[in-house]
Amino acid sequence: MTNVYIIGMGATPVGEHYQRSLADLASEAARAALASAPGIAPHQIGALYVGSAFSEELYGQSQLGAYLAGVLGLASSVPAFRIEAAGASGGLAIYQAVQAVQNGLPLALVIGVEKVTDQLEDAIEAAQAMASDSNEEAFHGVTLTAQWAMLMRRYMHEYGYSADAFAPFPINAHANGAKNPLALYRFAIDAARYRKAAMVASPLNLLDCSTLADGAAALLIASEQLAREFTGPRIRVAGSAVATDQPALHRRRNPLDLNAARASAHIALGRAHLGVGDVHVWELTDPHGIAATLALEAIGCYEPGTAPRHAAEGAIAPTGKTPIATAGGYKARGDVGGASGVYQVIEIARQLSHTAGATQVAHARVGLAQSLGGIGATAVSHVLLRES
Amino acid sequence: MSIARHWRERTVRYRLEGQRHRHTGEVRFPVRPPALDEDPNDWEPYQLSGLGEIYSFSVIRQAPAGFASLGIYPVALVRLAEGPLVTAQLTDCDEADLAIGMPVEMVTRRLMDTGEDGVLVYGYKFRPCLR
Repeated sequence: MTNVYIIGMGATPVGEHYQRSLADLASEAARAALASAPGIAPHQIGALYVGSAFSEELYGQSQLGAYLAGVLGLASSVPAFRIEAAGASGGLAIYQAVQAVQNGLPLALVIGVEKVTDQLEDAIEAAQAMASDSNEEAFHGVTLTAQWAMLMRRYMHEYGYSADAFAPFPINAHANGAKNPLALYRFAIDAARYRKAAMVASPLNLLDCSTLADGAAALLIASEQLAREFTGPRIRVAGSAVATDQPALHRRRNPLDLNAARASAHIALGRAHLGVGDVHVWELTDPHGIAATLALEAIGCYEPGTAPRHAAEGAIAPTGKTPIATAGGYKARGDVGGASGVYQVIEIARQLSHTAGATQVAHARVGLAQSLGGIGATAVSHVLLRES
Repeated sequence: MSIARHWRERTVRYRLEGQRHRHTGEVRFPVRPPALDEDPNDWEPYQLSGLGEIYSFSVIRQAPAGFASLGIYPVALVRLAEGPLVTAQLTDCDEADLAIGMPVEMVTRRLMDTGEDGVLVYGYKFRPCLR
């Protein structure tokens, strides 16, 4: 098996792109990725992997592999795939591309794309709820946000926290997102504003809930032989892993334990011959503070019941022990559905290239991006390593 | 959701019928096919009591499509007396009175908006215990 590298990347701003189609967004991201890899021509792309969660339900387009291969003008002999695992779709598309390159493909293009704002809020809520067990959860009117909210309330009950204890997560996300030109929300918030925000699904309020928005991100995943043609620091995908859990929260032994998040992170780190303590920067699925909390604790960064305390002490800031959401996270960069996993890996690659600007984590050499589908029913982790 | 799909779920949704393992006594709800390493004959239908307590809850203010007529509505994870957790709406209660650990019981209620097919969809909800 060959080593696998990221040699190009590009993304559109996350936003309400009313004037632009799914094809427009995917095309812009793919062109930007190619432009970032001088010397690489479109005809070298050996396979296309598209991650998207909602293209059927919210955009009315299936078969995105063939659809986008056509838009991009790839030769008809290039295999093209669409990968779906709700919010983990982009992470899973990268996983598939990495597998292909490990097994001899010189170059793969990954596109994560989501176009949701043609639909109203109620349709978006219903589409997101499909990632749960539709018969046993969505059928009862339970939304993904309400499920995270129930986990938050249970966590508060078991460990004695108030809702305010989760404020450091969106405050950190917004502080970082304010410095990211591609972020959906480029403004800072503070604890006073957090306390006053209206409820969405109690105890989750508006400033602790991400917004689903449009966007596309693309990566060029290449073999070692191709990557050697580039100068500068090389970013290697040192380990990747996928794990699953029951989509239905009520089927889990302990709903506060994101079992698949732990398994995928540990298997990916094991494949990279690294441990949790070796990671300098993290990208997590963090639409709410409780989501980041449960992931950090499942992965083993912190003991159960302690992550909000560490966050309040600065541990999740770019200067902290476990920096997260350095580009704004799901809360401020925006939740881009199935494209989120690709945005996450791009942010880790920027951090390891030391081109992350105002939110750069000093001397970052190892990063882990984890994307979850539903409440961690699918968990995909990618460990990236800077080779100098 | 199609009419056939509602009909197929009737024992689960109207009678709270689950499954019990003949040897271990483990109770599962809702019913599901046996896992690959299980003997299908080990699981028998089992009627749950409908009693439980709130494991956690939330009150939804942004309803998904199909639930607008409910307005603002509470949902919960309920720990049933027989062991399983179940996801359901709460009813006949004020948000201020809800608490983790509160005893609740099953009732049959209309679950969602009347859709284009005109079907009134009923199923289980839970309310604070009257028993």
